[in-house]
Amino acid sequence: MKKYKSDVVVIGAGAGGLAAAIEVKKADLEVLIIERDKELGGITLQCIHNGFGLKEFEEELTGPEYAQRFINQVKELKIPFLLDSMVIEITKEKLVYAVNRNEGLIEIEAKAIILAMGCREKTRGAINIPGFRPAGIYTAGQAQRFVNIEGYLPGNTYVILGSGDIGMIMARRLTWEGCKVKAVVEIQPYVSGLLRNQVQCLEDYDIPLITSYTVTKIHGRERIKGVTVSKVGRNFDRIIGSDKFIECDTLLLSVGLIPENELTLEAGAELSKNGGPLVDENLETTIDGIFACGNVLQVHDLVDLVTAEAKRAGKNVIEYINSRYGKDLMKKEIIKCVPGENVNYVKPDIINKRNLSEEIIFTFRVRHPDRRVLIQFKDNLQKIIYKKNKFYVIPSEMLELNINLEESGINPDCKSITIDVIPRPEVLIEED
Amino acid sequence: MIYDVIIIGGGVTGCCIARNLSKYDLKIALLEKEADIASGTTKANSGVVHAGFASPREYVKRDMCIEGNKLYTQAFEELNFSFQRIGSFVVALEDNQIVKLEEQRKQGTQDGIPGLEVILDKKKIKYMEPNITDDVVGVLHAPTAGIVSPYGMTYALAENAAMNGVKFFRNQKVRRINHQNYTFVIKTKDKEFKANNVINAAGVYGAKISKMVGLDYFKIMPRKGEYIIFDRNAMHLNKILFPTPTKVSKGILICPTVSGNTFVGPNAHNITDKKDISTTEAGLKEILESGRNLVPNLPVRASIRNFAGLRAVPDTYDFVIDNTDVYGFINVVGILSPGLSSCYAIAKRVIEFLELLGANMTVKEDYNPIRPKPERFKDFSKIELDIKIKEDPTWGRIICRCETIPEREIIDAIHSPVGATTLDGIKFRCRPGMGRCQGGFCRPRLIEILSRELNIPYEDVVKMGEETNFLVAKTKEIALQSVEGGNKE
Repeated sequence: MKKYKSDVVVIGAGAGGLAAAIEVKKADLEVLIIERDKELGGITLQCIHNGFGLKEFEEELTGPEYAQRFINQVKELKIPFLLDSMVIEITKEKLVYAVNRNEGLIEIEAKAIILAMGCREKTRGAINIPGFRPAGIYTAGQAQRFVNIEGYLPGNTYVILGSGDIGMIMARRLTWEGCKVKAVVEIQPYVSGLLRNQVQCLEDYDIPLITSYTVTKIHGRERIKGVTVSKVGRNFDRIIGSDKFIECDTLLLSVGLIPENELTLEAGAELSKNGGPLVDENLETTIDGIFACGNVLQVHDLVDLVTAEAKRAGKNVIEYINSRYGKDLMKKEIIKCVPGENVNYVKPDIINKRNLSEEIIFTFRVRHPDRRVLIQFKDNLQKIIYKKNKFYVIPSEMLELNINLEESGINPDCKSITIDVIPRPEVLIEED
Repeated sequence: MIYDVIIIGGGVTGCCIARNLSKYDLKIALLEKEADIASGTTKANSGVVHAGFASPREYVKRDMCIEGNKLYTQAFEELNFSFQRIGSFVVALEDNQIVKLEEQRKQGTQDGIPGLEVILDKKKIKYMEPNITDDVVGVLHAPTAGIVSPYGMTYALAENAAMNGVKFFRNQKVRRINHQNYTFVIKTKDKEFKANNVINAAGVYGAKISKMVGLDYFKIMPRKGEYIIFDRNAMHLNKILFPTPTKVSKGILICPTVSGNTFVGPNAHNITDKKDISTTEAGLKEILESGRNLVPNLPVRASIRNFAGLRAVPDTYDFVIDNTDVYGFINVVGILSPGLSSCYAIAKRVIEFLELLGANMTVKEDYNPIRPKPERFKDFSKIELDIKIKEDPTWGRIICRCETIPEREIIDAIHSPVGATTLDGIKFRCRPGMGRCQGGFCRPRLIEILSRELNIPYEDVVKMGEETNFLVAKTKEIALQSVEGGNKE
């Protein structure tokens, strides 16, 4: 068995993993990247559309161009990486086991680990569409890989279930390929991806978007022949008599993404409700020295935001190795962060009291869209610590707030804070 | 060439008969209409090996099940499929149901089913199966009941049969059978087969095949059962849980699978279309609601797939295993539940019939009953793994990350005797695409491997047979069709 040592191991060479590794390397620490695919770059490589890099580089790039900027840095900095290598186990002692064709089983001893495995797409099973199980059903990302990487088209006529970003982008991509996209069907009354994709990918190409509808039956025994779509009521129950048949030979699913945390779980780290690991304000999981960033932690709207979070994880890992690694720390005193009204989840999940004097980045999403809201942070003694007005909130946009809790006057003895996004009282409305 | 025996149908019944006959000095062929064996009822059933007390005493299927259950022990040792005798509970939720359990225990014990016990101690029940509802008042525990991968066992049976000389022909839907001078001539789309004896193990098509030789004495109705399967991490069950049975069915059960998932199902709806394996909104609701009676905290959100299978229900509600009036034509049809549990006993019966029919039942000198255990990445220790990968690098390329399946296992599935030629064939043989991502990551890689190993273009790779292609064209091809002269390069 081959054995390596590295200060830091980064698992995953997508946008998150690369940025984190670069950050760590710049502080003169050893870092090793392990990637299961045959090249660096992750999922951005199949995202050949533009729209990447507006925040990070203030330029509009394609996915592969965006990835290449980081790949170039990895090479310049001579960061070692293993390709076609699958991590099969990580332990609390921060031993990482991986396999690949050339080296067999590899054991890497690390001081810290950065989890950057990204996310995966939800499938039909997870949403339980009844009907047959024919050929011709793909997740949008899988179709994207076939078209953009392998060079094959999965079908001629399409219905896309879910108005996630990948689904809308694929609607446009397939239209360019001469395929017919009959409809994008969304169960919510609103689009679940970004507005810019709704305009640029659907409206510009006259692709019908049907909201408050979902696919209720799949037809065809061999290859899919069509789908029944039905209008849904408030609780997503099918409205009887609203069924419509749409003929198609392919159904794409763009019904959401889930952080990919099989390894995290096996390592013994706790997961929180959003499917990502439970982390503190340093993006450290419940296992000392194991950090997480990017879509494995929470699904982001833009790759630029993944990069920013990954850099932050990288900085925190440097701090961990330089000042905390191998030291017995006092018992961790923490404050829990609880998603409250109209908040789906919040990161960090916990805050170490020792860091209360520093600015903390909170990221969270609402459950449903709302206008003229008040975002408030309240401690377990019902004291309001922080509030902010926001004109419009929507689940597809992650909210980010930088707050210094000590300056905001938090009671250091409090046990938890709850984040609510609530309708604003009338008196405050003119402040917009 | 004239075969001694031709078996029609490559489900668990047909393959089990083929394997147990392969011991004898006979020329045997098996015809399957689909692109792969184990494609019908075998692919979509509960995978439960019943203890055998459930059917009434007047039915043949009761005896077959009790005997068949016992025969699993030897078959498991020889064929190396996944099988675990985890035991089952018939769950009583009301006091008046205990009488029924007592009756089943008494009769079952008299008929030689070992270990049956009615347990009324709620604490003990909860200890044995913590997920069971608090409303339980008692259970009938059958320790010999087990779980098996029905298709996994069928592949094992077929592989061992093929090792011992049985010829398998897939994509061979039987169109006509002529019976002349004690020889059967079986016609399919593109081939003709001759045999002295024919065994009809055609499942839901059993009556249709029987009619081809003029035998029309039973009807087969398809009865649909729907299932929902849950992620492995979501729930862990120790026991197979049945409700106390009604007259119609054994009811909707909750059961672990040999791969560690949990499923709920099946319901039972008589249908007319023998191809209708669609699930329905109402059906899925029905099984979930029913399942919650036994396990209130079913992990509904962690469901990874729903599917339906058809049982071949004969109008007698019992197995039709007959040495028929057409000399040499044996019917093995109407194999509804507990058919999977009974298959080894059924095969024994068929062998007796062939002896009566005068087939040459000499045991072959080179008969090898052992089907080697397929090597699995997951079974290796770290040190073994390292050695394996160095010997053969395809062990080190992981294709399916949810189930940790390396390229080697996939190549083996393709090149095993009666190997996979379709994506579903690979999936059911070694599980890539069966995990929580349901093929999202591995499918393009599987298409690549199948295309390479079978030497066919990407567009010809299919999911499960004709007309189930994954990819329709190369990029730009569709766009060029609409341009004048564009498709001519």
